[in-house]
Amino acid sequence: MSFLAKYMGQRVKRTEDPRLIQGIGHYVDDIKLADTLHVVILRSQYAHAKINSIDTSAAKNAPGIVAVYTGADIAGKIGNIPCAGALPGLKVPPMAVLAQGKVVYVGHPVAAVVATDKYKAKDAADLIEVDYEPLDVISDGEAAAQADSPVIHEEFGDNIAFVHSAGSGDVDAAFATADKIVTQRLNHQRLAPISIEPRGVLAQYFKGEGQLNLWSSTQIPHLMRTQVAIQLGIAENKVRVVTPEVGGGFGCKLNVYAEEALLGWVSMQLNKPVKWIEGRRENLQCTIHGRSQVGTVEVAVKNDGTLLGLRYNVIADLGAYHQLLTPAIPTLTGLMLAGCYKIPAIQMNCTGVFTNKMATDAYRGAGRPEATYLVERIMDRVAQELGMDPIALRQKNFIQADEFPYTTACGVTYDSGDYEAALAKAMDIVDYKKLREEQAAARAVGRVMGIGVSTYVEICGMGPSGAMPAGGWESATVRVEPTGKVTVLTGISPHGQGEETSFAQIVGDMLGVDMNDVLVIHGDTSIVQYGIGTFGSRGLAVGGAALVCATEKVVKKAKTLAAHLLGTDADSLSFENGKFVGAPDDKVLTIQEVALAAHTAASIPEDFEPGLSAQHFFEPKNFTYPSGTHICVVEIDKDTGDIDIKRYVAVDDCGNQINPLIVQGQVHGGIAQGLAQALFEEVVYDENGQLITGELMDYAVPKAFQVPHYELDHAVTPTPVNPLGAKGVGEAGTIGSTPSIANAVIDALAPFGVQHIDLPLRPEKVWRAMNA
Amino acid sequence: MIPANFEYHAPTTVDEAIGLLAQHGEDCKVLAGGHSLIPAMKLRLTQIPVLVDIGKIGDLSYIKVDGGTISIGAMTTHGAIASSDEVKQHCPLLAECGGQVGDQQVRNRGTLGGSLVHADPAADWPAAILALNAEVVLKSANGERVVKASDFFVDMLTTDVQPGELLTEIRVSVPAQPKASAYLKVAQAASGFAVVGIAAQLEMDGDTCKSISIGVTGLAPKAYRASSVEAALAGATLDDASVSAAAAKADADASDAMGDIHASEDYRRHLARVYAKRAVQAAAAKA
Repeated sequence: MSFLAKYMGQRVKRTEDPRLIQGIGHYVDDIKLADTLHVVILRSQYAHAKINSIDTSAAKNAPGIVAVYTGADIAGKIGNIPCAGALPGLKVPPMAVLAQGKVVYVGHPVAAVVATDKYKAKDAADLIEVDYEPLDVISDGEAAAQADSPVIHEEFGDNIAFVHSAGSGDVDAAFATADKIVTQRLNHQRLAPISIEPRGVLAQYFKGEGQLNLWSSTQIPHLMRTQVAIQLGIAENKVRVVTPEVGGGFGCKLNVYAEEALLGWVSMQLNKPVKWIEGRRENLQCTIHGRSQVGTVEVAVKNDGTLLGLRYNVIADLGAYHQLLTPAIPTLTGLMLAGCYKIPAIQMNCTGVFTNKMATDAYRGAGRPEATYLVERIMDRVAQELGMDPIALRQKNFIQADEFPYTTACGVTYDSGDYEAALAKAMDIVDYKKLREEQAAARAVGRVMGIGVSTYVEICGMGPSGAMPAGGWESATVRVEPTGKVTVLTGISPHGQGEETSFAQIVGDMLGVDMNDVLVIHGDTSIVQYGIGTFGSRGLAVGGAALVCATEKVVKKAKTLAAHLLGTDADSLSFENGKFVGAPDDKVLTIQEVALAAHTAASIPEDFEPGLSAQHFFEPKNFTYPSGTHICVVEIDKDTGDIDIKRYVAVDDCGNQINPLIVQGQVHGGIAQGLAQALFEEVVYDENGQLITGELMDYAVPKAFQVPHYELDHAVTPTPVNPLGAKGVGEAGTIGSTPSIANAVIDALAPFGVQHIDLPLRPEKVWRAMNA
Repeated sequence: MIPANFEYHAPTTVDEAIGLLAQHGEDCKVLAGGHSLIPAMKLRLTQIPVLVDIGKIGDLSYIKVDGGTISIGAMTTHGAIASSDEVKQHCPLLAECGGQVGDQQVRNRGTLGGSLVHADPAADWPAAILALNAEVVLKSANGERVVKASDFFVDMLTTDVQPGELLTEIRVSVPAQPKASAYLKVAQAASGFAVVGIAAQLEMDGDTCKSISIGVTGLAPKAYRASSVEAALAGATLDDASVSAAAAKADADASDAMGDIHASEDYRRHLARVYAKRAVQAAAAKA
């Protein structure tokens, strides 16, 4: 592919930002339709209980109430919430949009109250009397797996949703011949994604047309359209899903929840628009959580540090139900257990269990942060056991730059990489050798200082359709309008990633037009051709690739017409800076002139289709594998355990960068979330399945003043998988950062004999470790 | 996040507000900056029949220094106190404390009076107010009374404010030469409230501590004076050993210790001791 570099590779400010910063963008709640009714959902206060009866009479008679629906009202009328994860023997409990006789987690929807305003709806919801018969609560994943555990879904006989094994190579032989076996139990705590904009749905049914419009804060408008149509038994092309501005997703909006089909159905019953906007407490209770694995990793090594094999036995605490991708997430962990290293034998045994909690699903990184954390943590443990420098151990086992494509024992083929390059840059920035000397000097005077390294590789650009539950391709349409303005319809659904800008940069350069003349439209299933959506760092790597291919088709078509108009053949023309040149007499046509001619069609070749647009569906041949090195330096307050991050260096390699400013923003946000996982974020349920961290007063999302100054740099190893050479960067910061911080803290505590502390590293835990 | 119905009044004068409080008695609650009350109402943790919003009363937001007393109107925001040159000059402890309340948005809207009446056991202000021996002015239809800080905090979320009373002013005696002071806190990662917060104010004569007062918040169900630490240090020579030994008693006067997922009871007690030492040393360093 050839392009100008007027825009691509430049730090172009996001064109989305002015409207967002001024607060004049439109989110679901900003869409106001006349006569809208408001829905409040009554949710279970119990984690596990039988519903003996529900009395809605007082609620129905309350002022302003239009309707109250319970599980009995929707039974057989609204299909169950879909699960797209497919594993052999997977148990999928039916999940209705309103509880059917039993609740299995706090926040489980029990009834929907529809009123003329949300205040009346909430007041009436408080009047609904539910007779609950509490049942034994299973709040711990490991306990749930025990044979004597109470069972959540009786029809299955136990709480085991699936048993999944992954990996290859002779693991037993590796462990039998090892000089040393290093074992570590690790907990990947449950996290809440916390998009700033919670979820929300507005549904409007047009009875005459039989058309249902759904405005939803989602990452996957087309997949949602398909699923909601199935749930409601209406034709897919009679459902229009619109995603206006979406205030963050982090994976939690890569889903189909109860509320979409429920609101659609209510609107069909009442013939009025209905709106539901999630509250923050609801958001913490019943929007998916992430992570939540507890397991033991074992590594077989030679005394010289050569890795021979890795084994990971893990329990994934899935929560009470499968949401869209719940069972698939731990399998992603199983794909990335080799990390950046040549490990000839790998085995993961994962048991997915039901507990009385909200479902887990994709949260920024989705299965790969778990893999990277456990691999990078055990690398430090191995280094500690062997008395090796942790970086030297990593270097010894790195897959080398000339060994790509490299197929790991997990069965995936890394596209490209140069792990040493990013590591060398990061070591240079921190001056690693000097830093270790400073650490020795600090320790000599009783200061508690640590240096943590994480060399990561992750799996992005999702993905080849064969490996994806609903197709992994992406689509784009590029249309040059008669006036020369360019309209892009992309199947991805950006919700903070800035593709309105980066896609305009690509098209601006490829067509030689002002990027401000390029309008990028997304997130409306009646305007945009089918697409898969935005998740798994795929927007640019797959959606951008589709865009490049569609734009190339436009150029090719325009060239055919230009040649006709210039009286020459297409092969003699070249397209430079928006102009077709090379014609006799130095005649030139701009892309805008060709676009107008294509529409007036006054003079076109015989078989030329009028208009100037093209569409492309891009199927990636492989995933992409971004990588990098993060180094963190901490100093710990000996008296309190408080952790002070002194330096944070990240050198990420996401392949070619279209907009380095946006890349930097993605890395900043990613590190902040990974840092929060390392230091303070944790969803806590008590033994009764009650959510202790039910508000942002207790659930610690990172604030600006809690993150350190980032020192960023990058390496560039383009991917051969797509024409942009871009690998994706949305999740890299989250994946690389958590282990570097954990390793830094535990390195600091080495003089106290500390080998490991589970996350989050609250000061109290650190203080106790120093005083154990 | 949808509050229940309530009656709303927005008086423009103190007398009008007091009249409303007298009229509605225990059914009503005063809304100041709203940073604790409104979230509680939205979560329906509290349902208030009658809300009296004193935000429209213009003359409750002020900082005055007069004849050795600094007087602060109840509706003065944390941010206004933290950034006031008069406060910094005459009572730096108030400025230091105010600057550590919540975050910038909270400091721009939340008020000193609102925070004191709410009496959150992890709020920052009570530590400073206790250390400063401040007084609060309560007005009602029956007149005015002045309550000492040490009598003001009764229990968790409970103060000496009676139905019908409005806290209008906070008064602190300030000597011509302000005493050395410090407010140090451990902020809870999610909320920013004090896991432990220590306010210390002292006067030195050379290495000798002439007088000292220490307020502690976050540890106990209500903020308290660390009298045991004060007794150990008043009149003593301040050095590392004496301050350490005294600070070890920082939790001795706590009625109880709170514990939660952020910090256990034991750890909070430990932090109180560590931070008492640090706060005393920080204050002494300024003397």
